[in-house]
Amino acid sequence: MKRILTTAFALCLIAGSATAAETVKIGFITTLSGPAGIIGKHMKDAADLALKELHGKLGGVNTEIVYGDDQFKPDVGRQVAEEMLKRDKVNFITGVIWSNVLLAIRQPVLSSGTILISANAGPHELAGAQCAPNFFSTSWQNDETPEAMGQYMTEHKITDVYVMAPNYAAGHDMVTGFKRYFKGKVAAEVYTNLGQSDYQAEISNIRAAKPKAVFVFLPGGMGIQFVKQYAQSGLRDQIPLYSVFTADETTLPAIGAAAAGNYEAGFWNADLDNPANKKFVSAFRKAYGYIPSYYAAQSYDAIKLIDSAIRAVHGNLKNTKGMIAAMDKAHFASVRGPFKYNTNHFPIENFYLFRIVKAADGVYVRKTESVVFHNHKDAYYSECHMAM
Amino acid sequence: MDPLLVLAQTLNGIQFGVMLFLMAAGLTLVFGIMNLINLAHGSFYMVGAYAAAATFQATHSFLVAVIAGIGAGVVVGLAVEIVVFRRLYARDHLDQVLATFGLILFFNEVVRMIWGSTALYATVPPFLAGQVEILPGTPYPAYRLAIIAVGLTVAALLYLLVGKTRLGMLIRAGASDRVMLGALGVNVKILYTLVFGLGATLAALAGLMAGPIFTVQSGMGENVLILAFVVIVIGGIGSIRGAFAAALLVGFVDTMGRAFLRPLLATVMSHAAADNAGPALASMLIYLLMAAVLFFRPRGLFPPRTR
Repeated sequence: MKRILTTAFALCLIAGSATAAETVKIGFITTLSGPAGIIGKHMKDAADLALKELHGKLGGVNTEIVYGDDQFKPDVGRQVAEEMLKRDKVNFITGVIWSNVLLAIRQPVLSSGTILISANAGPHELAGAQCAPNFFSTSWQNDETPEAMGQYMTEHKITDVYVMAPNYAAGHDMVTGFKRYFKGKVAAEVYTNLGQSDYQAEISNIRAAKPKAVFVFLPGGMGIQFVKQYAQSGLRDQIPLYSVFTADETTLPAIGAAAAGNYEAGFWNADLDNPANKKFVSAFRKAYGYIPSYYAAQSYDAIKLIDSAIRAVHGNLKNTKGMIAAMDKAHFASVRGPFKYNTNHFPIENFYLFRIVKAADGVYVRKTESVVFHNHKDAYYSECHMAM
Repeated sequence: MDPLLVLAQTLNGIQFGVMLFLMAAGLTLVFGIMNLINLAHGSFYMVGAYAAAATFQATHSFLVAVIAGIGAGVVVGLAVEIVVFRRLYARDHLDQVLATFGLILFFNEVVRMIWGSTALYATVPPFLAGQVEILPGTPYPAYRLAIIAVGLTVAALLYLLVGKTRLGMLIRAGASDRVMLGALGVNVKILYTLVFGLGATLAALAGLMAGPIFTVQSGMGENVLILAFVVIVIGGIGSIRGAFAAALLVGFVDTMGRAFLRPLLATVMSHAAADNAGPALASMLIYLLMAAVLFFRPRGLFPPRTR
C-alpha cells in the first residue's frame, strides 16, 4: 500500500498541479488487512462499483478513489488521513468502519474543511456535541440498531433477556441503546473480552440462568464463534438468539446453518424492495459473485451522495458550502429508499427486523420480516448545535 | 452456587486445557530441546484448521478431513524445518524471533491468497453434533467431550513416548544437555527434525479440532500462541509433564474466572462495579497466575533436570 501511495505521489509530482483541479480525489479509509479485511473488501468493492456505474465521473468530473488501510488501529487511521489531506490533497474523505478511528481522524479532517462522510461508524460524540457542518453519515448512529432490537422485543412482550457484549466502548454503547427501548427484565448483563474465541463458559452460565431470550452484540470472528458454539450447545432450540452486527453477509458464509432462525436488526437489507436497491444488489452480485452487506450498501451510498453534491455545484469543488447544502437534501437514489437528513447530518431512516433463513441457492441470508421503526431519529441530535 | 454449573464449568476448563496442551507440547519441546523460539507455531495450527475445513467441505468425510489436517501439519512442519529452521539453530534468539515472525506473515498471506479473506465454513461432523447428558439436566456438546478424549489420549501417548521409549530418552537428554547429547554420537539433526515435525503435527491436530468451534480465518493461530507461551513458562520450558499440568491449570483458572468472578464480586461490591471489574480481572487472571508461579518457582512448575 505504502509503495503504491509513494508511486502515486511521485506520479503526481511529475504530472504537476495542472491536472489537480480537473479531478476529484476521494480518500477512502477502511480496513484492508487482517481478519477485518473482509469488511474493507465489501466496502471497496461497493465504492468501485458506484464509481464504475457513473463512468468514473462524480458530478461529471473525473474521479479517483485513494484507498487507505487503517489496520484496525486509530493511530494508523489518523496517519492515513493526514497523508490523504496533505499529500493526495483529497476533496472528500469517506469509509471508516470503526468508531475509534473516526474519533481519531475527526479533528484533522474536519478542521481542514474537507467533507467527511462516515460509511459505517456512528459514535454518539459526532451525533451530539461534536457534530459539524462538514460531517455526514450514510449509515446510522451506533445506538440505533440495538434500539430497534430493544423496541421489537418490547413490542413482542419478550422479557427476561440475557445480554452479552464485548467489554469495550461500542459494546457498552450497544447495550445502552438496547436498554433505551427494551422495557422488559434484563436477566443478566455480561461483558466478555474483546476478541475472545471460546464462549463455552458463558454458554454454561446462560444455560444455568434459564433466560427467555439472549441478546448479543459480537461483531466479526467473535460472532462466528459464539453463534456456532451456541448452536452446538443445543441452547438455540430452547432459548432464541437476538443479535445486532453479528450474523451478516460477512460472517454468515462461515456460520452457515448454525445461525438459522436467529433474529437481527438493521436499516438496510439486500431484499429491500426499491428500484435503487434492486439495481445495486444485482449489479454487485454480478460483478463480485457474493451478496453485499450493509457495509457495502453504506459505501455505495457515500459515493452517490458525493456525486449529488458535486453535481449541484456544477463541479466547482471550491464551493464547500454549496456542496454541504446539497448533501443535506439527500437528493440521490439511496439503496435504503428515500430518506432525510436530521439536523446533525445523520439519516432519519427506517429500521427493520430480519431473520436468518436458507435461500433457494443453499446459502444463509437475512430476510426482512417487519419494520420496527419508521423514520427513526437518533437519541443525540438535540445536543448538536451546528454553527454554519 | 449450583453444583451442576460448577461441574459443567470444570469440564469447560479441562476441554480448554487439553486444547492448550496440544499447542504447548510442541512449543515446549522445540523451545526446550532446540533452544529455538518459534513464533510461527500458531501457523501450523492454522494450516491444520484450513486443510481440514477445506477437505471436509469438498469430501464431506470427517475422517479424510482429519487425515488431511494432520498430513498438512506433518508436511508443512517438516518442510519449514528443513528449509528455514536448520539455518536458525545456531543464531541468537532475536534472529529467530524475526525469522519466525516473518513466517507468520507469510503463512497468513498464503491462506488469504488461497481461500480469500472471508472466514472458512467449518462445522462439526454429524455424529458429534448433538449433546450428551453427562448428568440428568446437564447436556454437554458431544464434540467438546470428543476433544477432551482426544487430548487426554494424546497426552498419555506423549507421556509413554517421552518416558518409556528410546526416542523419548533422547528427547529428555536433549532438553537437559544438547551439546553432550551430540558428543555422545546421537544424530541431533535428525532428532531435531523429528521433534519439530511432532510439534507441528500436534499444533495441526489442535487446529483441526478447533476449526468447528472457532473461526477458521487468516491469523487465527496468534490468539492461541500467546496462551501457549504462558503455559510453557508456567510449566517449565522443555517439560511435557509441566506443559500438561500448566495447560489444565490455565484452562481451569481462565474458565472459572470468566464464569464466576463477576457474580462473586457482585456479593462484595455494587453490581455496576462488578460488571466492570469482573471481566477486566478475569482476563488478567492467567497472567497473575504466571507472575505468581514465576515469583515462587522461577523455572516453572516442573523444569527439566539440567546439569
